[in-house]
Amino acid sequence: MKKTVTLAHGNGGEENNELIHKIFYKRFENSILARSEDAAVIEDGKLAFTTDSFTVSPLFFPGGDIGKLAVCGTCNDLAMMGAKPKYLTCSVIIEEGFALEELERIVESMQQELAINGAQVVSGDTKVVPRGSVDKLFINTTGIGEIRRKGISASALKEEMSILVSRDVGAHGATIFAAREGISLESDLKTDCTSLYPQVEDLIEAGIEIVALRDATRGGLAAVLNEWAGSSDICIEVEEASVPVRDEVKGICELLGFEAVNLANEGTFVLCVAEADATKALECLQSTHESAAIIGTVTGEYRGKVVLRSSWGTKRFLDLPTGELLPRIC
Amino acid sequence: MCLSIPSRVVKVDEEAKSCTVDTMGVQRDASLMMMADGDVQVGDFVLLHIGFVMNKIDEEEAKVSLETYKEILALMDEEERRKTILEDDNCENRT
Amino acid sequence: MKIALKNLYDDFRDGDTIKAFAKIIYEDAKKLDRTINIMEVCGGHTHTIMKYGLPQLMPENINFIHGPGCPVCIMPKERIDHAYVLAMQEDVILVTLGDMIKVPGSQGSLQDARSKGADVRFVYSPLECLKIAEDNPDKKVIFFAIGFETTTPMTAALLDQVIKKGIKNILVHINHVTVPEAMEILVNNTESHIDAFIGPSHVSVIAGSHIYAPFVGKYHRPVVVSGFEPVDVMEGISMIVKQFLEGRSSLEVQYKRAVSSEGNLHAQALNDTFFEKRENFRWRGIGDIPKSALQLKSAFAVYDAEVRYADILPHEEINDHKLCICGKILRGAAKPPECTIFGTACKPSTPIGSCMVSSEGACAAYYKYGNLL
Repeated sequence: MKKTVTLAHGNGGEENNELIHKIFYKRFENSILARSEDAAVIEDGKLAFTTDSFTVSPLFFPGGDIGKLAVCGTCNDLAMMGAKPKYLTCSVIIEEGFALEELERIVESMQQELAINGAQVVSGDTKVVPRGSVDKLFINTTGIGEIRRKGISASALKEEMSILVSRDVGAHGATIFAAREGISLESDLKTDCTSLYPQVEDLIEAGIEIVALRDATRGGLAAVLNEWAGSSDICIEVEEASVPVRDEVKGICELLGFEAVNLANEGTFVLCVAEADATKALECLQSTHESAAIIGTVTGEYRGKVVLRSSWGTKRFLDLPTGELLPRIC
Repeated sequence: MCLSIPSRVVKVDEEAKSCTVDTMGVQRDASLMMMADGDVQVGDFVLLHIGFVMNKIDEEEAKVSLETYKEILALMDEEERRKTILEDDNCENRT
Repeated sequence: MKIALKNLYDDFRDGDTIKAFAKIIYEDAKKLDRTINIMEVCGGHTHTIMKYGLPQLMPENINFIHGPGCPVCIMPKERIDHAYVLAMQEDVILVTLGDMIKVPGSQGSLQDARSKGADVRFVYSPLECLKIAEDNPDKKVIFFAIGFETTTPMTAALLDQVIKKGIKNILVHINHVTVPEAMEILVNNTESHIDAFIGPSHVSVIAGSHIYAPFVGKYHRPVVVSGFEPVDVMEGISMIVKQFLEGRSSLEVQYKRAVSSEGNLHAQALNDTFFEKRENFRWRGIGDIPKSALQLKSAFAVYDAEVRYADILPHEEINDHKLCICGKILRGAAKPPECTIFGTACKPSTPIGSCMVSSEGACAAYYKYGNLL
């Protein structure tokens, strides 16, 4: 590992993992942390507990803002453990000179999103730092939720299970790129940023036995699938043609040389269920997003790896993304 | 790096030697400095390279290529079908 | 049949068409009594070949040899150091295309320079330098220009604007190289026997397919200029195989929808205004290839960073790390997995050689897509 922190260390991919393991996990060692799930499961499986910081730039983008993201991001991490979000904290670090009117808009977004999740902010902190010490506004939220379905885990995947995705991928990453200053693109594209608990609740109430659940944030779909393959020591085989991608996202990917499976999402999750549950789960997901799809299966072929199969009979590994993800996207 | 993207021209500004192109719903501006005046029209398909229109895509040639591929596929399908029928005819399990 | 933009993407990536060509190539190759080694010159083609798994569709007797068509990969370390040294100057903003950011020089990459405080910016288009220069009148904006014939006219366009607008704080550092001269050296290289070439797509769009005619006339190897999409490459390979079956060795264009014999004359005129061929230029792993690179004409010396900063730019040849076989790979004499440090000490996050970090580098392509071959 290099001697100074580089932007690549924040990318949610290979370098990020290295930083977390070599510096933080090494000293904070404990069995709960080692499970590396979206949220920590504590108190004997009753509660889920998580934290996230939000440094997205720009602060306002088509379909959302940093406030909405700050609530969605943390509540979604809880939802991904099958937990109903209940209480959040909210810490802000504000740059001197930041417009109060913008701050109000952001907090209003947070208020709206909390209502969708049925959660409350019960504690917080406000810091103001001199101009130049942070880029306008950074927010941290920490959340606690009540687990409604136990046993959801990245280590629970078994052969022959099915992998589904809740909607088309890459919209958030593509939107942020498009909205960022310096790259002047215009499109109808907007972030997929949304609270996921309602969809998770639908799945639980439909009686679907959720094996694994994760929202595909930094590192995108590729990151989730690789984490699952590693944690469960299985292989995930994806039919490339079945991964749903909207045309506008394809356009940005073409223009800038990205792959949609590596782009971040803030309202899209990946689901693993037993093969027998796949059709029902798909129906459930499609009632919210038509683009939801079954994208692959779990096999024992190349353990710990993800394989992309093309429709013309070739295959390749889909590895963890590496390198700097240029804009700060969450 | 030699990456080049097919796009469709939606607006032309001859004076500024620039245009707006659409790539699958994403619009951006591109320079027309590589093209002669009046060469590029709205509706043309062009190749973009690092912010410049590099040339126009010949729609006729593209059509010819795609039609050729269709014929190849049709021929293959026909062959497959004949082969399957032949295999079926020669099937030893037939009485 | 009316063509929509979607057709230009999807239909040239169509799985069934790819399969169909695979079948045609397979049947034709059976009738050949030999192996054919096909070199794709352009790194973009290397990526298409690897990304779409085309080697998995080839019969035993068709072999890919990867070429040096990666303008960043072929730059020797001492030249990459030019970028580093310029970036570290107090009053300089070094601007370049994204590909250069992680390429390792002897003192580090531009990314390293940036984390040491250098002002390095990567841009999508060279014209973005104009705004950077306007916003920073007290700084020198140096555009480190890289690329083959495809990209050269865009640097020329920047210079054209710099002169027209009377901008005083933009300089360029020219590292543009050309393809046909490299092909000559490669075809004569005894380490690998290249039987045919897939000609670069977009170099040919700008320069015209006629630039390969002398080569074909002299060396009697088929050259088929193909497009970037997998169907284009498969069709190109099919055309090469047919040439061998028919005992021909000619110049053909598969990429008819974009390539003409004469190319983009307007762009060529821009090039001719500002650039001329260098006598010599050292290509990493290959050595000197005469007349294969460009420099700014002396009339424009005032914009030439190589002239203005001559006293601080390093000239001593710096060789690669002794375990790095980028040179052999660029010559087509080895494939990335044959490198002892491929994927271990050398990977995209910790590159030892440029081939691993350029978007057109063969090692990068193999690392990303090649593990199931």
